[in-house]
Amino acid sequence: MSRVKFLEERCKGCLLCTVACPKEIIRQSDRFNQHGYKVAEVPAEDMDKCTGCTSCALMCPDIAIRVYRTPKSKGAAKND
Amino acid sequence: MTKTGEKLFIKGNEAISRGAIAAGLKCYFGYPITPQNDIPEYMSAALPAAGGEFVQAESEVAAANMLIGAAACGVRSMTSSSSPGISLKQEAISYLAGSELPTVIVNMNRGGPGLGDIGPSQGDYFQSVKGGGHGDYRTLVLAPGTCQEAYDLVIQAFDLAFKYRNPVMILGDAILGQMKEPVITWTPEEKDENEGHGWRIVGAKNRPGRILKSLHLSEGALAKHNLMLKNKYEDMASFTQKEEYQTEDADLIIVAYGSIGRIVKSTIKKLRNEGHKVGLFRPITLYPFPSDDLKKLAEQGKKFLTIEHNLGQMVEDVRLSIRTIADSEFFGFYPGNLPTPDDFEEPILKALGGK
Amino acid sequence: MSEQEKLVFDRADALVDVPTHYCPGCQHGVAQRLAGELLTEMGLTENTLLVTSIGCSVFLYNYLNVDSVEAPHGRAPAVATGVKRARSDKFVLSYQGDGDLASIGMAEIMHCANRGENVSIIFVNNTVYGMTGGQMAPTTLVGQKTTTSPAGRNASKEGLPIRMSEIIGQLGGTAYSARVAVNNVKNIRKAKKAMKKAFEVQQKELGFGFIEVLATCPTNWRMDALKANERIENELIPYFPLGVHKDVTAEVED
Repeated sequence: MSRVKFLEERCKGCLLCTVACPKEIIRQSDRFNQHGYKVAEVPAEDMDKCTGCTSCALMCPDIAIRVYRTPKSKGAAKND
Repeated sequence: MTKTGEKLFIKGNEAISRGAIAAGLKCYFGYPITPQNDIPEYMSAALPAAGGEFVQAESEVAAANMLIGAAACGVRSMTSSSSPGISLKQEAISYLAGSELPTVIVNMNRGGPGLGDIGPSQGDYFQSVKGGGHGDYRTLVLAPGTCQEAYDLVIQAFDLAFKYRNPVMILGDAILGQMKEPVITWTPEEKDENEGHGWRIVGAKNRPGRILKSLHLSEGALAKHNLMLKNKYEDMASFTQKEEYQTEDADLIIVAYGSIGRIVKSTIKKLRNEGHKVGLFRPITLYPFPSDDLKKLAEQGKKFLTIEHNLGQMVEDVRLSIRTIADSEFFGFYPGNLPTPDDFEEPILKALGGK
Repeated sequence: MSEQEKLVFDRADALVDVPTHYCPGCQHGVAQRLAGELLTEMGLTENTLLVTSIGCSVFLYNYLNVDSVEAPHGRAPAVATGVKRARSDKFVLSYQGDGDLASIGMAEIMHCANRGENVSIIFVNNTVYGMTGGQMAPTTLVGQKTTTSPAGRNASKEGLPIRMSEIIGQLGGTAYSARVAVNNVKNIRKAKKAMKKAFEVQQKELGFGFIEVLATCPTNWRMDALKANERIENELIPYFPLGVHKDVTAEVED
């Protein structure tokens, strides 16, 4: 299972990552960071859809996303 | 530091060029303007031959900004120009001072304002000595009166620039630049290869990146920076140079700098032969101004006449130096005319007679 | 979580671990990140001397872990020339915005490129003066409203927006000139490749390397980040077409 980690104190809530994600699993959360930005998140229930493609991180102007990838071996959907 | 070199018959412009190369100049950035063209012309051939870099910039503005880059690397750099071109360089000079970058700027002062003419003038005294560009800063200003002194002072200018991490200006004029006289060349001791070590940009290896800048936005940072600069300028103030000629028994001291100081000296020699007790005080450093030495003369009860090739600029510093003790009269020889020793005889006699 | 999990995206070493001052969605962040990633990947960080310019880009020296010097407005290419002439063994990088490079600094950029200085310049074109509050820039599109063109840029009075990478591509000293965008993942990947070329021509001493990055300024465009990003595709790219305008390495290969 691949995953992303949002560095919430770096996120400025611009949401450019939400349109970059091919799985459309990134959304605006209800949380504000200490700078007052409403940060982006992947809901826990959607994280298993993450393919670790890094699109969100590439799009992010603030290096607020770390991406971890695990080579696929199980039956989960193979992604492009 | 011995004068072991050749004796050459050269122009002031060439003396400055040769002095700079002897001092270890690495980068020269220039742009044509009369009456300093001999400098970029000489540099274009001689500096690359000496292992340096010559760039004819697209403008005086660009040339002065190239200095910022080269000076930031800790190498010896120089530009030269004449009055209108020096005006264009002022932005960069302010940044050089604000970023504490050492460099040498030569101004062969010509007539102004505006395009003026290509003849000699001392109309850039205020611009050189009082800052010229924006903000609170000072440049060291050295004013040679002879070609030999031009050669010697440009070498000293580089040492001062690096000592104080500050731009140094050589203020000459069209007379000095275009006049030929014998110059004995000399080469200073080898420079430290690591000049600028500790502040120059060289690549951030095993340490955080280093920033040479003049922008200070965080609260209190600019005030702190300005205080540091003020302390530096006060330290610089201890470095003054002047020539005194027959001042000891003089009733009247003529204060004059650069080429005019030299022409006035001829007038004084003539008047001395006629029995007039007149002497010369020639500031060589215009900033810092040799105020203490002038004050000592004022305390001896002497009278003062300041002679300049402008409408009256240095006279303000003379008056400030001797204030509460004495005053200075002023004679201005207007830029656009070329003075001879005879031109100063009448004003000096008038000032003497007024005692 | 598997033991085989690998960190596949993180901050490159050349980038300082601090938050930037840029507004949300501002793509200066992407442009400077690509530069930092390349410095790291190409092993250039320790050897880089950076020249920063005036505008939002001035603070780049806080974000790249390299030695740097600050240039006056528009003069970065002249300062970079001075740096490179003093230290020809170093990698010299400059980064300018559109007001800085294409207006006040037009003479400096043209002559730096024309002399073929072995430096690399990243030009961020967001069609406004950002730091000063969104005034009209030389690259402001016709009809675009700014604080100094409240009725929209008028071509008959204010001229047409300047296409810099085409102009730079015309100059003899230019080794590489390209325009890229960072509005989607595909373009970001292309942008990095192009920026790499602009760095490589310097390393190979082939001449001047130039890369124009179309970027958003959501604050001064009065748009949210997503709308601003859409504007890149819909309005900027049609006038500022992406592509390579000069590449001497390609000419050699032909």
